[in-house]
Amino acid sequence: MTEESGSSRYPARNLWSGVLFGIGAAAFVDEAVFHQLLHWHHFYDRSTPAVGLISDGMFHAFSWFATVAALFLFADLRRRRSLHLVRWLGGVLLGAGGFQLYDGVIQHKVLSLHQIRYVPEVLPYDITWNVIALLILLAGVALVVRTRVHAGTPTGEHA
Amino acid sequence: MLEHRSWADGLWMAVGMLLLLLYLAGVLAGRRRGRGWPAARTIAWSGGVLCCLAATAGPLARIGQTSFSAHMAGHLLLGMLAPLLLVLGAPVTVALRGLPLQHARRLSRVLARPELAVLTHPVTAALLDVGGLWLLYGTPLFGWMHASPAGHLVAQIHVLVAGYLFTFSLVGVDPTGHRADIRLRSAVLVAALAAHGILAKRLYVDPPAGVSVADGERAAMVMFYGGDLVEIVLVVAVCLEWYRRTAPRSVGTSAGEGHGPAVVRLGQIPSRASDPGRQTE
Repeated sequence: MTEESGSSRYPARNLWSGVLFGIGAAAFVDEAVFHQLLHWHHFYDRSTPAVGLISDGMFHAFSWFATVAALFLFADLRRRRSLHLVRWLGGVLLGAGGFQLYDGVIQHKVLSLHQIRYVPEVLPYDITWNVIALLILLAGVALVVRTRVHAGTPTGEHA
Repeated sequence: MLEHRSWADGLWMAVGMLLLLLYLAGVLAGRRRGRGWPAARTIAWSGGVLCCLAATAGPLARIGQTSFSAHMAGHLLLGMLAPLLLVLGAPVTVALRGLPLQHARRLSRVLARPELAVLTHPVTAALLDVGGLWLLYGTPLFGWMHASPAGHLVAQIHVLVAGYLFTFSLVGVDPTGHRADIRLRSAVLVAALAAHGILAKRLYVDPPAGVSVADGERAAMVMFYGGDLVEIVLVVAVCLEWYRRTAPRSVGTSAGEGHGPAVVRLGQIPSRASDPGRQTE
């Protein structure tokens, strides 16, 4: 192995580190901006069904883990000189867009955990939220596909 | 109820002081044999004992008799922060270093027993810890426990011991013959955090009998966000262990410790810096 930037090594680890960080970052923005600063989201709606609460709890716990694990994976890629920043960013967008879409469609609507904002007409908020999520997701897919490693390249996963 | 508490206060103070003195005696005995001990671990252990006492014998414990949110702050101290600090104090390693050789051998034989493997398995420990909380706060158990001083003491001891076992099963500081796979530990950690957060939100709408709405809501917030703070340290500890263990050989890690007795495997194995300049894998 050479010392040059390993854009073809650890492709999956680069992707996963990004995806996990994206999920964590989206969850952090959700908590910090929409719950704490704007107070748009509610801690709990009295009408929330149990399954919504479980989904929210699992995602909340997982997003903590995802953020920390992603940063350790990032540090690991750096010390192995195998960080591929574009692919990592693709992962971030994939994770963040995916989480926001899940939050906007499944948690807000299907499981009716809480609404984006408690206003009479919530539809424009829902559409804006989910279209942004979709755009982030698609940008992530584009970056990840572009940085795909072609078959035959040796990879060293799972240290 | 208050007059009943004084004997329990005294008991906690006595046990806390004993735990502190035993630990210091172990550190000093180890030092006499020429084995140093990081001050940070001693500080962690002392901090853990202090958290226990703050939750059980201090003014917080007294306010907790009437205020559910103060009770919940005490629960965080006793069931989460104290266990974390106590585990980081690595008391088993202190004992193995401080005890005379034959006693240390006996201790490591006890540690290798299959019953302990079951108790310190992450799944068992998580069920004992978070499952116990669900039983305590989700059933009328809470009312019964608070009605009797002995019941209250049993609940406190359970919260502390289960919290310790849970943290011990996840964070590899002390040696153990059986440390679960890191992926299993991560999964259990996430599931336990989720169950803790879900219970907090449940308490938000459905606090135990006799707790006012405002007090119940405040307690749920304390449990949810306070729990997050301790949990993130647990996540960092688990990830840090992975990071150190998987270090490529060309990367040196700060290996200030790890000279544990050879009888038992150390959960945390800092890689020695060797062969600099060569890229592995």
